[in-house]
Amino acid sequence: MAVETVVSQDGKKLTIKVKGRFDFGKHQEFREAYERKASRPDYVVVDLKEATYLDSSALGMLLMLRDHVGGDDSEVRVVNTSSDVRKILAISNFDKLFDIS
Amino acid sequence: MPESPLTVLIAEDGAADRLLLARIVSRQGHAVLTAENGEQAVALFAERRPHLVLLDALMPVMDGFEAARRIKTLAGEALVPIIFLTSLSEEEALVRCLEAGGDDFLAKPYNAVILAAKIKAMDRLRRLQATVLEQRDQIARHHHHLLNEQRVAKAVFDKVAHAGCLSAANIRYLQSPYALFNGDLLLAAFAPSGDMHVLLGDFTGHGLPAAVGAMPMAEVFYGMTAKGYGLAQILREMNAKLKRILPVDMFCCAVLLSLSFQRQVVEVWNGGMPDGYLLPVEGGEPLALVSRHLPLGVLAPERFDDSTQVLPMALGQRLLLLSDGVVDTSDEHDQLFGVDRLLRVLADNRQPPLLFEEVLGALEAFRGRSRDDVSLLEIRMVDADELTPAPVMYSDSGQCAPPDWSLQFEFRAETLKRFNPLPYLLQLLQEIHGLRGQSGALHSVLNELYSNALEHGVLGLDSGLKQDVQGFAEYYRQRNERLQALSEGYIRIGLKIEPQGSGGRLTIEVQDSGKGFNASKVLARPLAEQGLCGRGLNLIRRLSRHAEWADDGRRACVEFAWQALA
Repeated sequence: MAVETVVSQDGKKLTIKVKGRFDFGKHQEFREAYERKASRPDYVVVDLKEATYLDSSALGMLLMLRDHVGGDDSEVRVVNTSSDVRKILAISNFDKLFDIS
Repeated sequence: MPESPLTVLIAEDGAADRLLLARIVSRQGHAVLTAENGEQAVALFAERRPHLVLLDALMPVMDGFEAARRIKTLAGEALVPIIFLTSLSEEEALVRCLEAGGDDFLAKPYNAVILAAKIKAMDRLRRLQATVLEQRDQIARHHHHLLNEQRVAKAVFDKVAHAGCLSAANIRYLQSPYALFNGDLLLAAFAPSGDMHVLLGDFTGHGLPAAVGAMPMAEVFYGMTAKGYGLAQILREMNAKLKRILPVDMFCCAVLLSLSFQRQVVEVWNGGMPDGYLLPVEGGEPLALVSRHLPLGVLAPERFDDSTQVLPMALGQRLLLLSDGVVDTSDEHDQLFGVDRLLRVLADNRQPPLLFEEVLGALEAFRGRSRDDVSLLEIRMVDADELTPAPVMYSDSGQCAPPDWSLQFEFRAETLKRFNPLPYLLQLLQEIHGLRGQSGALHSVLNELYSNALEHGVLGLDSGLKQDVQGFAEYYRQRNERLQALSEGYIRIGLKIEPQGSGGRLTIEVQDSGKGFNASKVLARPLAEQGLCGRGLNLIRRLSRHAEWADDGRRACVEFAWQALA
């Protein structure tokens, strides 16, 4: 699986790991990663440690995730970003919407 | 009975065998055609188009091998299975059967059960091939249809989006013919003041959705630019509109520019586009126009940030804007072309007219082939006189201009913070047909008067700051800060229209609550020392019939006049 999900034991944290190219090809899997959860987590971590590339449709998917878990009231962290990925997120100023590290 | 009966052609020179086979096959529910040799078989095939052929290998006149070849040719793309009837058992002969186009063999003596099974299996293959062909044709039709739709959509879009001034003498651009369907958008238009607005945008996603989003963008851009709105208001409107109509995961990265040729400055807003560059005239480091904002269509209107950056731009300086197709081009190892390689191309450029070719050449060398979603745009700062803005199209036919009226507005602190009254006043003045010939000058003068009153009067900013790029940044930082903190102050604008001879006169009075300034002293200084403040005052004097400052510079009084229209 190129998109893996882990829910913490207390159910508060949902971790979504994306591997390989994070582009439109992951659309379905990425959506399923958060839509099928029975309860809404307090916060979501998107782990991009093994993501090699990220395009603008990936940015769109992150916005969908953010919207799904509460929009402006949500807490979405994007972690383990490579320098290339961070550049792309920085150009779009996504650090204004997501906690990026 | 089989599920659907076939027409089966049997070619066999032996009468007994032919009869036997015909009986077996028709008992299985199929229609039978018979031929005595290869030639008859080919003729019958051409006439009746049977679904399947049983072909004896060795026949007089024309043997089975030749007949098979001809039948396969006649059948074209459709699969007409040929089962060779043969007593041949040498490998070589069997191979010849297959090479001639045979799909299977049936060895003599004939076995009804095996023949039925083979016919069934061949029928499955035949249907599969028919389905594949049908689907292929369907895809081809859809594709053709789609291309046609794109062609029509592009023609419509070109009418909406390219009504602008991309053909102006100081603009060069390069865009792939189907860039629209890659989500790239390029717009340019003259504002009534003679300023030029430019937008390079990039929608997420491709194809029709991206093109659909581009339509309202273009309408807002051209509509509001023509009415004299500034970048901030245009941006707010675009963002609000896209936020409302686009799905959550769609947005538009964009860089917007407003170039003032009168004042030689450029105002920039970049949300999500790669850095643009202000290129120096003679070598040196390009200045990056960095994305400071989220793309359009992401934030709710109340959270949207319309703050822009204002930079001085000397005559001959050029701005380079590019889409992400440039820096995001990747080679076969997912390595990005990146900003550093681009900067090297910019630094190595010796002949400005070859810059685009050099950028494209570098991309091609990096990737081994070119991409179809690269947009490049270059704009030069020129003297205002070098450009001829397209005449504004008026929607009314004239004759009803009100000849004699006056009005007064007072805009107070809360209004000054977030409202620009100029477009409304300018719309109103458009009603006076005699003034239309001077509408560019009128826009420039009103803009100048209003920003003087606001920035130097109400906000008390010092235009002496605007000496260099850092100074500009500091000036506009202070402007934002003071404007946000503003709690008192006003700008009064009076417009008076009077008939005069066969024409008329417009008097504009702009008064502010600031400390005032010594206008005659500023204007008495030699041009070089007047700085930007003096440039503004001179501009007003040059473009109007008469301009004076009273009340210690707190009140400007400017006149325009016109003659009766022929």
